[in-house]
Formats: sequence, C-alpha cells, structure tokens
Amino acid sequence: MRSAKLLSATGMLAASVLALSACAAAEPEATDVDLRMTIWSANEAHLELFNGIADAYIAENPNVNSITFETLPFDGYTTTLTTQIAGGDAPDLAWIFENTAPDFVLSEALVDLSDTFSATDGYEFDDISPAASQLWLRDGGLRAYPFSTSPFVMFANDDILAAAGYPRAADLQAAGDWNWDTIAAIGADVSASTGDAGFVIRDFEYTNWRFLSTIWKGWGASPWSADQTTCEFDSPEMVDAMTFIHNAALNTGAMPGPGTTADFFAGEAAFTVTQISRAGLLAEAGFEWNLLPLPAGPAGDYSVVGQAGIGVIAQGENPEVAADFLAYFSNPSNSVSLAQFFPPPRESILNAETLSAANPVLSVEQLKSVVVPAITTGEVQPAIRDSARVEQAVRVALDAMWVADADVPSVLASVCEAINPLLVD
Amino acid sequence: MFLESQVPPDRASARSGGTGPLSPGRRPWLTFRRQDNIAGYLFIAPQFLGVILFVIVPLALVGYYSFHEWDILGGTFTFVGLENFETLLSDPQVVPVIQATAAFSVGLVIFNISLALFLAILLNQKVQGMVFFRTLFFSPVVVSLVAWTIVWGFLLQDNGGINGILSIFGVEGPNWLREGPTAMASVIVVQLFKNVGLNMVLFLAAFQSVPTELYEAARVDGASRARIFRSITIPLISPTILLTLIITIVGSLQVFAQISVLTQGGPGNSTTVLVYYLYQQAFLFGRFGYGSTLAIVLFIIVLVLTIAQWQLRKKWVFYEN
Repeated sequence: MRSAKLLSATGMLAASVLALSACAAAEPEATDVDLRMTIWSANEAHLELFNGIADAYIAENPNVNSITFETLPFDGYTTTLTTQIAGGDAPDLAWIFENTAPDFVLSEALVDLSDTFSATDGYEFDDISPAASQLWLRDGGLRAYPFSTSPFVMFANDDILAAAGYPRAADLQAAGDWNWDTIAAIGADVSASTGDAGFVIRDFEYTNWRFLSTIWKGWGASPWSADQTTCEFDSPEMVDAMTFIHNAALNTGAMPGPGTTADFFAGEAAFTVTQISRAGLLAEAGFEWNLLPLPAGPAGDYSVVGQAGIGVIAQGENPEVAADFLAYFSNPSNSVSLAQFFPPPRESILNAETLSAANPVLSVEQLKSVVVPAITTGEVQPAIRDSARVEQAVRVALDAMWVADADVPSVLASVCEAINPLLVD
Repeated sequence: MFLESQVPPDRASARSGGTGPLSPGRRPWLTFRRQDNIAGYLFIAPQFLGVILFVIVPLALVGYYSFHEWDILGGTFTFVGLENFETLLSDPQVVPVIQATAAFSVGLVIFNISLALFLAILLNQKVQGMVFFRTLFFSPVVVSLVAWTIVWGFLLQDNGGINGILSIFGVEGPNWLREGPTAMASVIVVQLFKNVGLNMVLFLAAFQSVPTELYEAARVDGASRARIFRSITIPLISPTILLTLIITIVGSLQVFAQISVLTQGGPGNSTTVLVYYLYQQAFLFGRFGYGSTLAIVLFIIVLVLTIAQWQLRKKWVFYEN
C-alpha cells in the first residue's frame, strides 16, 4: 500500500515535470533566469553601479530573477574562469582580459553579439569605435563588448626631478626632450644622485613582459608578425629596444633591476609608465606630479592601450538572455555611467569632459592632450592565440636577459626558437 | 568469552536465525560473526567512501582524461589514444622538470632530516627553557604556508631583508630569486624551515622512547657518546627515520605553493618542478589531457619511491619484535 502511494506520487511528479518541460519548450523566452557575470573588480562603487543597472534591467524583464556579479581574484582570473567552464559551471557573462581575447574569440567560446546589438532599439551600434572592437571580432561579428580602453601614460615626480637638478617634466616636454633617451639619462642620474628609482614600468616585474610593449613600440618593434605566424623578437628594432631596456635595468640603473621594487605612487621613483586608471593613487600624493604621453622613441610618437571586454559565454545556461542584458548594460545611457570608471569605446562620449568624471585628479587639459589622443590612436598590448603558452615560453627565454652580461641578440633569438613552433601551430 | 546467558535477547534471537524457534539443520544467516562484520564495515564506511570519492574516483578520472584532449573554451572532449603519452616522451621540458624536481627533493630531504635530527638532539636535553625552543622551532608548521612564503619572498628580494643584513657586514648578497642556483636553494630553505619542526618533534618522541637502561649498560661497558648514538640511538629510532623519510620525500614531490609564490618556476625553468609543470599545463594552458598524463607520471614516481623505501627498510630499519 505504502509502495503504491509512493509509486503514484512519483508518477505524478514525473508527469508534472514533463508537462512543465513541454510548456517551457513551447515558450519562446526563457523564464526564471538567473544571470551571473564574473568580474575582477571588487570596488564597491563599481559593484553599486553594476547592481543599479542590473536592477533596472530586472524591473523591465520579469523573466530574469537575478543578476549576480561574481568577483574573482585578479591574479589567476582566467584560470578560475576556465576552471568554472570546465566544471560545467560556466558564468553567463565574463570580463575577458585583452591578452586572452584571441583564445576566447577564436575558440567560439563567446557568443556573436552583433545581431543582438543591431536589433536593440537605440543601441547605436555604429557608435562603438572600430579600433576598440578590432581585438574582439571574428568573421565580422563582435564577440565581446570592449567596455574599457585604458591608455598607458607616463607619470612624473617633479619633486624628485628638482632634487636631482632637472626641470619639471612638462618643461622637458616643452623643450622637445620628451624621449626615451632623455628619460633613461635622467633616470640613471636620479638613481645615482638621490637613491630614488629612475623610471618604473609598473606591473612588469621581470615576468609580465607584455608591459614592455609600452617601450618597444617607440622603436617600431613587435613581438610577432601581423598574422601572428612569425616571431619578430629577433628583429633589429626589437634588439635595439631590448638593448635599451637591458642597459637601463642592469648597467646604468635608470630602471630598478630584477627583484628590486620601487613604487612611484609612494614617491620612490621619478617616472612610471602605467594606465591612467592608476591616477586615483595620486589623490593624496605628497609630491608634485604630472601626466604626460609616453616618451618618443627612435620611431617617433606612439601610444599603447590596455583593453578588457565583456563576453557572453556560449556554454552558459542562458546565452540569449545574457546577450540581451549585455545590450542593455552597454547601451548609450549606461555607457555614460560606466564611463565614470572605464574609458568607453563609444566615440560620442570619448571626450575629456566624460573622462574627467572618472579621473577627478586629472585636469581636463591633461585628459585632452594626453588621454583622449592615446585612446584614439593607441595600439592594444600584444595578444595572441594560446596566449598562456606563448607568454610562458617568452618569459622563460627572456629570463636569460636579466643578468648584467647578457647577450641580448642571442637571448632574443632564443625567444624566437621557443615560440616559433607555437606560432606555427 | 560470551556465555549463552550473557548474549542479549536480540543477538540470541539472531544467532538462532530470527524470531522463530531454531529449525533443526538450518544455519541462521545473521550469525554473531556476521553481525560483528557488518558493524565493522559500518565503522569503516565513512573513511572508505571518502577514499573512493576523493582518491579512487579522481585517480580513475585522471587516467581517463589522459587519453583525451579537452578544449575547454571550445567545449570539445576528444579521444586521442596515446597521443598525450607520445607528447610526454617528446616534450623537451620534461627532462629539465624532472631534474629540478630531483634537485629539490634531494636537497630538501637531506637538509630536512639532518637538521631535524640535529635540533631534536639539541632539544632533547633537560635544561630550563627547552619547551620554549621546542615551541619556537615547531611554530612554523602551524603557520599558513602562503603567508610564510610571501614573507620569505619579501626577505629574499634583491633589496630585501636578507641582503640588507648582509650589507651591514659588507657582503653583497646575490639576487636570490632571480638566479637559477640561488632560486632553487631559496625555495628549499623556505620549505625546510617551514616543516623541519614536524620531523624534529617526531625524532624527539623517538629519542624519548629509547629505554634508558640500554644507555646505562653501554656507558658501563665504556662506550663513547658517538658509539652510543651510532649503535643504540640510530637503530632504535630507525622506524621513525623511515617514517620521516617517506613523509618528506612524498611532500617534496608535491611542492607547489612555494614555487608559485616565489619564482613561478623561474628563472628560466630552473625551479619548475613536476607539480608546478602539471599545474601550468592543465590550468594555465588548458591542456587537461596532457596535465593528467603528467599527474600519472608523478603518481608512479611517488608510488615507486614509497615501495622502494618500504622494501629497503628490511635492510636498515630495526624492529625490536
């Protein structure tokens, strides 16, 4: 009797599930959707803005129950994200680093957003800068929204320059001396005379070699050919650029050597190359500072940008709803709000006035003369398919260069030996 | 021994084959022995299930994955037969990785066992304040591994604490973590001081279990301290030496956090040990199939070394019974 009851209850439950499934199959739109976006920011102001946009979207879309922004640690972000995907727990949307963009875009891990964006009323898809989108395109389709395009710039500590007997950075620029040779000479002198560091490539730390692109672009060098099939670390331009870096780091002392730390924002270095988003660290700086473009190299003026995209993960549970939310998240109105924190890819709002809200410590003049031109003309940092393997192979081979008596051309040839097989693949 | 009158009624009933009277010629199924066996199995069930779920199943899955190529981003999982094993044999990084692993293990085991033994001898004295020193040397064992390693990372920087102290004496220290030999030595030292306290405590316990009358007899016979140590102490603590050897060797082959925090396998590949290489391949490069193949190699190495030590114990480990 008891078994019969249990059996009939199970049968009814199964029938209900089947009936519900059938209803769901007939329904064109997913219901009771819970979306999740992985991000690497834990900034409360960022999360407050994101949650505000999400709440407004949920209010307009009753089929969506919740939208969660999950902060993953910055270090190991991509590893954690791919592990989630491997474990069958893929998020619906994810921030993607520029260096891993080819991996995500070319592997079809991200949904094509072009149709959704084009079909969204008032989206103004054409307003998104083609240059900013370049890294995220596949077969003409946009695979991620490039929500942040942040240029690399040079910050200078005028107090340290004065202590070493040099004019202010702006005066150096006005005198036409804003180039790497001058910076290296001053850096070496500052290091020798004051004990402070000369110039620091922030986050490089002798392992994250991609940050050196902020120097070698001034020599017209690239790590590989445009079609990414041939290594160009051994090109004459790269050899010259790396020789300059090697001299600065290990011979003249213009740049802190391996294993030595110096924080510009704590007043320990005369110059640093980093993204403008770090300007916030200067809000309470106890020294006079200035913001300038990257110094000219032998190949002339140049600029470099760092990017991040938001993609819809194809293996997520609700890619269509997620794409619709992303269209809402990045519409013209919300883009203005996002521009408080992230330099936007929309040309209509890419101006000093919008950016000044995001960077209160920077003057409109600094934004007009340095930041906006850098965003509009900047080249993205190196990115390539199978990025982790290629970056690791370069890092391993380049380690031989960070000793005083290194043979730079030989080391760079060994870098090509190490990565050419990966590029051919 | 149970007498019939002492058997509880339910057990007595079970012994008799159930609720009814004992049927002539029919053995009851739920015998006293079976009840005890079932109770025993129930007691080991949680541990057994844990081993199945968290050891056997993952091991089997690693074996399964090693015959596949898993493109996580593309969402494909393809059977590739022995391709990952062929890659292993032709991978030019494998030999340097094995060499680095061997260098780390040999260095750590030699210094760890020697230092632990030395500290245990020093701290086995009945002197005032000895408890403080025992606690001092053991305390790193209970400190968070990553926190410990990060602090050492600061100390070992070129302009860090260690070189700062050396410079006071006019010595220009090396760039510890940026030069191959010193990087490996640094990682060994960081691990050595982290865990030497554990082996030290094991040796201390072993020393204190050696019967004092043996020492007294040896002294009466005129044996020197060195001879007493060699002929009495070492043989009697040899089971503990075997235990610490197995623990330290297995632990040294599994080192990961120190490498990840201090050197990321560099400079070059000089500190890329097998577990870190496995992690790179599987989790950084997304090559789970090849990473699983490396995991099998690591498993075999640990297994062979442990079996070898277990077999060799007959030649040098002294058991009183």
